[in-house]
Amino acid sequence: MHPTMYMNGRDENKTLRRNKYRVTILSYGDCICDFVSPARMNDSARPATPQEARRAGGARPRILLVLLSSLIFCLMAPALRAQDWVKTGTSLGVERVRLAVSDFKPSSTDPQNDALLKTFNDTLWNDLDVSGVVELVSKSFYPLQVPGQPVDVTFPAWSAPPPNAAMLAFGNFGVAGGKLTMQGWLYDVKNTASPQVLGKQYTDTPSDQAARVIAHKFADEIIFRLGGGIPGIAESTIYFVSDRSGHKEIWVMDYDGSNQRQVTRLGSISLSPRVSPDGSRLAFSSLTKTGWEIMMYSLDLNRLVAFPHLGGTNLSPSWSPDGLKLAFSSSRGGSPEIYIADANGGNLHSMTANKGPDVSPIWNRKTGAQIAYVSGVTGLPQVYTMESDGTNQQRMTDQGYAVSPSWAPNGQFLVLAWVRKYGPGDPGALDLYLMDIASKQWVQLTHDGGRNDSPSWSPDGRHIVFQSSRSGKEEIWMMLADGTKLQQLTFTGRNTQPNWSWK
Amino acid sequence: MKHASKQWFALVVILGGILSLAACSKKAAPPPPPPPPAPAAPTASLSANPGSIQSGQSSTLSWQTSNATDVTIDGIGAVQANGSQQVTPTDSTTYHLTAKGSGGSQEATARVTVAQAPPPPPPVAAGPTDEDLFSQNVKDVYFDYDKADVRGDQQGSILGDVQFLNQHAAINFTVEGHCDERGSTEYNLALGDKRATAVKNALVSAGIGASRVKTISYGKEKPFCSESNEACWQQNRRGHFVYQR
Repeated sequence: MHPTMYMNGRDENKTLRRNKYRVTILSYGDCICDFVSPARMNDSARPATPQEARRAGGARPRILLVLLSSLIFCLMAPALRAQDWVKTGTSLGVERVRLAVSDFKPSSTDPQNDALLKTFNDTLWNDLDVSGVVELVSKSFYPLQVPGQPVDVTFPAWSAPPPNAAMLAFGNFGVAGGKLTMQGWLYDVKNTASPQVLGKQYTDTPSDQAARVIAHKFADEIIFRLGGGIPGIAESTIYFVSDRSGHKEIWVMDYDGSNQRQVTRLGSISLSPRVSPDGSRLAFSSLTKTGWEIMMYSLDLNRLVAFPHLGGTNLSPSWSPDGLKLAFSSSRGGSPEIYIADANGGNLHSMTANKGPDVSPIWNRKTGAQIAYVSGVTGLPQVYTMESDGTNQQRMTDQGYAVSPSWAPNGQFLVLAWVRKYGPGDPGALDLYLMDIASKQWVQLTHDGGRNDSPSWSPDGRHIVFQSSRSGKEEIWMMLADGTKLQQLTFTGRNTQPNWSWK
Repeated sequence: MKHASKQWFALVVILGGILSLAACSKKAAPPPPPPPPAPAAPTASLSANPGSIQSGQSSTLSWQTSNATDVTIDGIGAVQANGSQQVTPTDSTTYHLTAKGSGGSQEATARVTVAQAPPPPPPVAAGPTDEDLFSQNVKDVYFDYDKADVRGDQQGSILGDVQFLNQHAAINFTVEGHCDERGSTEYNLALGDKRATAVKNALVSAGIGASRVKTISYGKEKPFCSESNEACWQQNRRGHFVYQR
């Protein structure tokens, strides 16, 4: 059997992925609630009928459906309000797809091969491990023979215990003739008649970064198919604030913490990076000679571009999901209020008018119709929502100290940083909470100490990146949106205010 | 024989003469001693040149005396009858010379005036001094947790600040709003903005020109101390005055 292959260069493949993303983001809510339709599973890479797709992969989407419904049920269940610690997801007993990921077989003996292959294998494994949609089968259960081609796969060796895998990812990888080439497959090892779910080939110039990118692309293809048609995040990036250069500047890294690099070099204090939905611009707040101003940085031109200085203290910009507007906090009128302006700074008008400090607005990134924000109008800061025209201001949090809301891509949830019980003798801890907006039910996500703040959702809605002092100083951490799979991403200097790219 | 006797005679005469002369002088000794002249009264003069100096400079004292056996200057001690000496008094001093002799004693004085440390130095140095005075006299205003209103016990600081700033109408300044380390970066920057504005408003309503006051928030970006306890947090919750050059 010969695999169906796509000869994709890097750029072509990216375009392909983006197109898919546009389709799926429109149907986000559907994906979460009414999970996977066979049609969505029926990818062109898989020449199978809907019936075959149901037979081959249908069991797993059903498991996922149960999994996610149970997550949502848990969020809604009023009884959970009284509980302090809730683990949602697989630890409740629902199984995820058991995926075996064989180390890829070297396809050449080029001296660069070993290091690049290790990078590739590690990156692919990590991408799938943190994806939250599969359960990786431990490598110690794998057959000794490493499959590099479809003909090498002995199905029972993978599908029977001990591996007991439902799916197998395998392939070969090597440098030949100055080109790095990877061939990869995803096999449904329990369907020996029509096992192939995916077959891909990538070619690039050999480099460590290229090996990473190829692993990310392949991982995203697998996650797209096993994760209910929601694109993976392996090629997303995270912007953040780091003081490692001696000043607080804006930095960026790959979503897994690799490839950290400095974006701004202003030598002042720069905070609150927010990347635009299309990834072309970065809005942030910086201390200038005239005070705190909103700054605009072009990620295409790699330089600051014009944005008017507004006077007063201007903080915490947030992009509307269409990329045409910014919401931010400004004290130009005397007191810090939420303002909205066009992305070029024009057409400025205020949304709130109260005596408390109003800050940290964030748009509903699915609909663009609401804005969540923080206000100290009643004393300690609380999280509110309002329509994006400023009407219908609703308080979401009932007590304590609540800040830093971030709106989930599906539009249904907020994650926020909250000291639920603050008072003398009860200092409480700043932890992250997930809140269902319609019902105001919440679930606590972090329990492990330190101050946890500045959460930001991944584009797939499955992950949350945040800052935490649990290691002793402020660093960036990532977890699944149910609080599991914690992973520290930064280790140098103090790193805060992560902002996940929109795709 | 006769010749020898002459020689003897001469010898005797000479010896006799010598003897008689010696006897005579002894007997003639007491010419009445001249009555000791009535001892002359000593004279003394003392002068200082220059007579007026700046603190730290020196002046030269010069003095002449006569008929004096014992000359002293207060604060210097015994000195020669005539002489001069440099002195570096720190305060205005009257030098007092006493010349004593058998004819009595004589006094003389000279005054060296010391101009004290140049009073508040000339206007050239006015800038830094204003700044020094500003930092010495203007008190920061402290806030309660999560509050941006000037609390009662800080009104005294505000009053003192207003008084000083009214007396030094040329001084422009910035009020920085600071917060403690707890809570979010963004909310603290907004809170710090409200604190700085609250201090500015209190000053303006007490008559300070609004154009003299700038405000800026540092949130929790520039803490004064970094311990995690209430004493330090209180230090960091403040409106901090900064002189504006």
